[in-house]
Amino acid sequence: MSTSSTETPPAGPPAAERLPQETAQTPAPKRSGPEPKIRIHRTIKYESDRTPGFGRDLMRVPGCEQLERCIQCGTCSGVCPLSIYMDHTPRQVMALTRGDFKREVLHSHTIWLCASCYACTVECPQEIRITDIMYELKQRAIHEGVYPRKFPIPVLAHEFNAMVRQNGRITEMVLVIRLFLKTSWLAALGNWRLGIDLLRTGRFSLRPERIRNRGDIARMFDAIDGSKGGSA
Amino acid sequence: MKFSYFPGCSLKGLGRAYEESLLPVMKHLGVELVELDDWNCCGATAYMAVDEAKACVLAARNLALVERSGLNQVLAPCAACYLVLNKTKHYFHDYPSMKQTMDRALGAVGLRYRGDTPVRHPLDVLLNDVGLDAIRQRVVRPLKGLKVATYYGCQIVRPYATFDDPYNPTTMDRLIEALGATVVRYPLKTKCCGGSLTGTVPKAGIRMVYILLNEARKRGADCLATVCPLCQFNLDAYHAQVKAAYGPVTLPTVYFTQLMGLAFGLPERELGLQRAAIRFQWRPAVPAAPVPSPVPA
Amino acid sequence: MVSSSQEVRIGFYVCHCGHNIASMVDCPEVARYVETLPGVVLSRDYKYMCSDPGQELVQQDIREFALNRVVVASCSPLLHEHTFRKATAAGGLNPFFFHMVNIREHDSWVHTDRAEATAKAKALARAAIRRVAHHRPLEVKQVPIHPDVLVVGGGIAGIHAALTLANAGRKVTLVEREPTIGGHMAKFDKTFPTLDCAACILTPKMSEVGAHENITLWTCSDVVKMDGYVGNYTVTVRRRPRYIDEELCTGCQECISNCVYKEPKFVDEFNEGLGKRKPIYIPFPQSTPQVVLIDPEVCLNFKRGVLTDRCKKTCVEACGDRKAITFTQREEIRELQVGTIIVATGFQTFDVKRAPQYGYGSFPNVYTALEAERLVNASGPTGGEVILRDGTQPKAIGIIHCVGSRDKKTNRWCSRVCCMYSMKLAHLLKEHSGAEIYNFYIDIRAPGKSYEEFYDKLNEEGVHFIRGRVGEVTDWAMTPEEEGKLIIRVEDTLAGFVRRIPVNMVVLSAGLEPQADAQEVRRLFNMSCGTEGFFLERHPKLAPVNTFTDGIFIAGCCQGPRDIPDTVAQAGAAAAEALVLIDRGHVEQEPNTAYILPDCSGCKSCLPLCPYTAITFDATTHRAVINEALCKGCGTCVGSCPSGSIGQNLFEDEEVFSEIEGVLSE
Repeated sequence: MSTSSTETPPAGPPAAERLPQETAQTPAPKRSGPEPKIRIHRTIKYESDRTPGFGRDLMRVPGCEQLERCIQCGTCSGVCPLSIYMDHTPRQVMALTRGDFKREVLHSHTIWLCASCYACTVECPQEIRITDIMYELKQRAIHEGVYPRKFPIPVLAHEFNAMVRQNGRITEMVLVIRLFLKTSWLAALGNWRLGIDLLRTGRFSLRPERIRNRGDIARMFDAIDGSKGGSA
Repeated sequence: MKFSYFPGCSLKGLGRAYEESLLPVMKHLGVELVELDDWNCCGATAYMAVDEAKACVLAARNLALVERSGLNQVLAPCAACYLVLNKTKHYFHDYPSMKQTMDRALGAVGLRYRGDTPVRHPLDVLLNDVGLDAIRQRVVRPLKGLKVATYYGCQIVRPYATFDDPYNPTTMDRLIEALGATVVRYPLKTKCCGGSLTGTVPKAGIRMVYILLNEARKRGADCLATVCPLCQFNLDAYHAQVKAAYGPVTLPTVYFTQLMGLAFGLPERELGLQRAAIRFQWRPAVPAAPVPSPVPA
Repeated sequence: MVSSSQEVRIGFYVCHCGHNIASMVDCPEVARYVETLPGVVLSRDYKYMCSDPGQELVQQDIREFALNRVVVASCSPLLHEHTFRKATAAGGLNPFFFHMVNIREHDSWVHTDRAEATAKAKALARAAIRRVAHHRPLEVKQVPIHPDVLVVGGGIAGIHAALTLANAGRKVTLVEREPTIGGHMAKFDKTFPTLDCAACILTPKMSEVGAHENITLWTCSDVVKMDGYVGNYTVTVRRRPRYIDEELCTGCQECISNCVYKEPKFVDEFNEGLGKRKPIYIPFPQSTPQVVLIDPEVCLNFKRGVLTDRCKKTCVEACGDRKAITFTQREEIRELQVGTIIVATGFQTFDVKRAPQYGYGSFPNVYTALEAERLVNASGPTGGEVILRDGTQPKAIGIIHCVGSRDKKTNRWCSRVCCMYSMKLAHLLKEHSGAEIYNFYIDIRAPGKSYEEFYDKLNEEGVHFIRGRVGEVTDWAMTPEEEGKLIIRVEDTLAGFVRRIPVNMVVLSAGLEPQADAQEVRRLFNMSCGTEGFFLERHPKLAPVNTFTDGIFIAGCCQGPRDIPDTVAQAGAAAAEALVLIDRGHVEQEPNTAYILPDCSGCKSCLPLCPYTAITFDATTHRAVINEALCKGCGTCVGSCPSGSIGQNLFEDEEVFSEIEGVLSE
């Protein structure tokens, strides 16, 4: 039960969730050759695998207080449009967080797949602000540097941060180009048509947008960083 | 009717067609919009992931600037800006620690936020302040025969919207119907467009775009109408990727303000329709009545 | 008996209440302190004052130390005032020379600082010591109990309570607002977990009510007013017209078949709108009383409820010599004298439109559980065949639990019965349609007798149980097999992934909530409601059918969601509690009543202020008069009398003022 085959690809989404086209494109797993070896890893958790206080600490953050009420009903996963790709469903992330399984939570790519659509937050019968908890977990993962390398979302967040601090505003095309440079040249090349479309329709602008009092943003950030020992 | 206007970065960049159509339409209805002087990035969703306190501080600076401007309401057309500004206002009132942080940061640049400026969305203002009757009176080119799937996306109805139902919002439906068009039943109207995932995790993002386009097409829509620059971009710009993964689904996505401009008989060229990758074209069956002059502000 | 002019000799006792008080209040210290106060002869601390040895101690001390006042600092007077008054009396004193101080609910339970809590206990004790010195001997009055009982609500709770009392020889009036008794249970097909037919076990009891010589049944009736006090209630009932003389109607129903409407045309409430009825109708075949009624909103002889006489009245022709149809029947106001009242007004089901994500009202094949009950019922609109609103028969059915339960945005409580009735419906729907059944649940709650076994049985029958609260019910298909179906999106939380399950029919297991007019009924009978709006019992464990108004009892789902066995047990308990009062024949009344002093000027200003209409004006003496039996001791008149001419037993000025001084002094 705790085994996984190394050669069989992980089971795809259940049939009913798969689009017909996806079904057609997914190659059938190869069954020829010798029986695949079974590589195993332990899934049991010991108390030493926990980070006591992780959940409690998170529940002290504004917006995250209600996590303690979670009844594990799964409504969040049921309404989440991205739950179909997540390694842990949002419900599982809630359980892992409350159970102090910091490592599992911060390494889960669930938190990076959250698109902040707030469907879970609106539907949760316990009024848990799940989207805000996802934000907080992303912040902690970035702070601890445990996000997947070259994974575009934390890179995007960082680039976004730097640009706002410098200019006060975002110049979207510049942001996108920087993102591609830092994550994947190939992806940038693959999107050449998109770039041409944007040029054609007059939306491709590299002229930086700036605020007049450019020092304001840095001064505001310094004022709060100085007082709380600088997170992020 | 006069509002402070917070465009946000998108309406100056990828979403400029939204601004290009919003401004003349509002002017036509006698709503005066004064662009907030020296506004900065709202804090937006990506920023929240790095540091929520900083995101709130960014938003608070804008809200403080609005209060300093003497105008008592701010209009935020971008769904993300609308959400972040509202969220900041909620946090300011709900969490003393967040209020302190905002006070301290704003103090460093000589600003103060009192926490009472209402943050409004154009749909809210159009339905509740301007009113459908006034809008109907301005329609000279009814969009008769046009079938529209109204797509609200996430962030104007969740989690802070006060002007519409988060499960089944109807403000845009009523507005589009007032323009003479037909609204098709579109059960995905509040589903997520994928946000930035189209760029960052294309497999997930493109799938969501495909589902939205495909369902609208299945329901017989001629176009999708949207209220958010990111939704418009995702639904418009990724047709090639959708085609590569799932086969062709071609459907134009327009801002609701563009449809209003068309119905009001404003020149097409001035509504930013040319900025879409999938060009929306509408030739009315009935010839247009003469365009009345705008309502005096 | 000691008179108040004698030297005051007070005995003081502070109770540890195990750890309840002693953990936060230094009891020995309080006892040492009180010993120093004037008038105190002895002061003790003791582990459990309410125990037999504790009470014994009070009695012995009274005799041994010639005490003439007793003060106990312990829990709430609600709990043990009676106990200690009895002990005081057993020691040979008038029981009203006792006074109680609450240092548990008012002190140890609500504080976290031991020193401050101890100081507060001392202050409260000091106040009581000062007060009790002014106490006077009082006599308890006895009030007779009227032997008749009113039962409000004719569901299974009201039916069972009424029958129990009637079988014990008491006269009962059962008031029901619908045209028939039977309540929700009459709509059910079968009952869990035994699957016996609801009608088979309910309708014999209904007929028994209809035929019982000790029961007067008033349907189409509402209680509009209640006056009086325990043992002597005057109840006003409005009897709405049914346009049929109940004495003359034989229930032959020829009028129905002869109505000018040849086909039933109007929404049939009993079948949850799934069927149709005529303007003259009987709700269901076993209705009790077996009397038809006319709906003036749709009957041709009326226009918007007003008699017009424009119909051919074929019903009257059919009725012939029986002459039971009386279009001129008017609303009647009737008054009843009863000693006790059982309120069994039941529940309403959650309006599933408040959970729009499940599509009720948008998708015709989404049903409420009560609608599903009617669909599988042999006497229901489809004769027990599962035929959907679109005329098809389902191949797959999803049953969604907890709709309007365990949800902070609607009703936060567990409705207790939905797991079980959902499983029952799963069984019946499968039996009647052969469809695949999916149950979507958060937790299965099957704690009753044989309930878990029923869950086992369902598993064995191949009913699917998916643990997950459904996100949404939609009609947008993503795969060919989903086209034209309702799709349920849910996380299968035990498997750990999200599923989309296409079905043809969705059943929403709506939760139970208080009746829409529960607040009005609460005020009518002087009861309390909990935060969720159900009527509040006097004690959740030890007085579950009593209310805070003596002589008024509650039974069934008006007190909170429960199943039929629990409802019947509770109805029996309520009947027994009523019998206790009736058989004793009288109640003792707390003598804390107000009284008029001779210097009353007759200004009448107190008359309209009394909430219990206990004050009248005597024109001959030109003074106000207080009816002790009606006075509840609220003190409103005492405080408002401009000439200070109203006193109140146990709350005399000197008692109250010395108590306040005691709290405030050091």
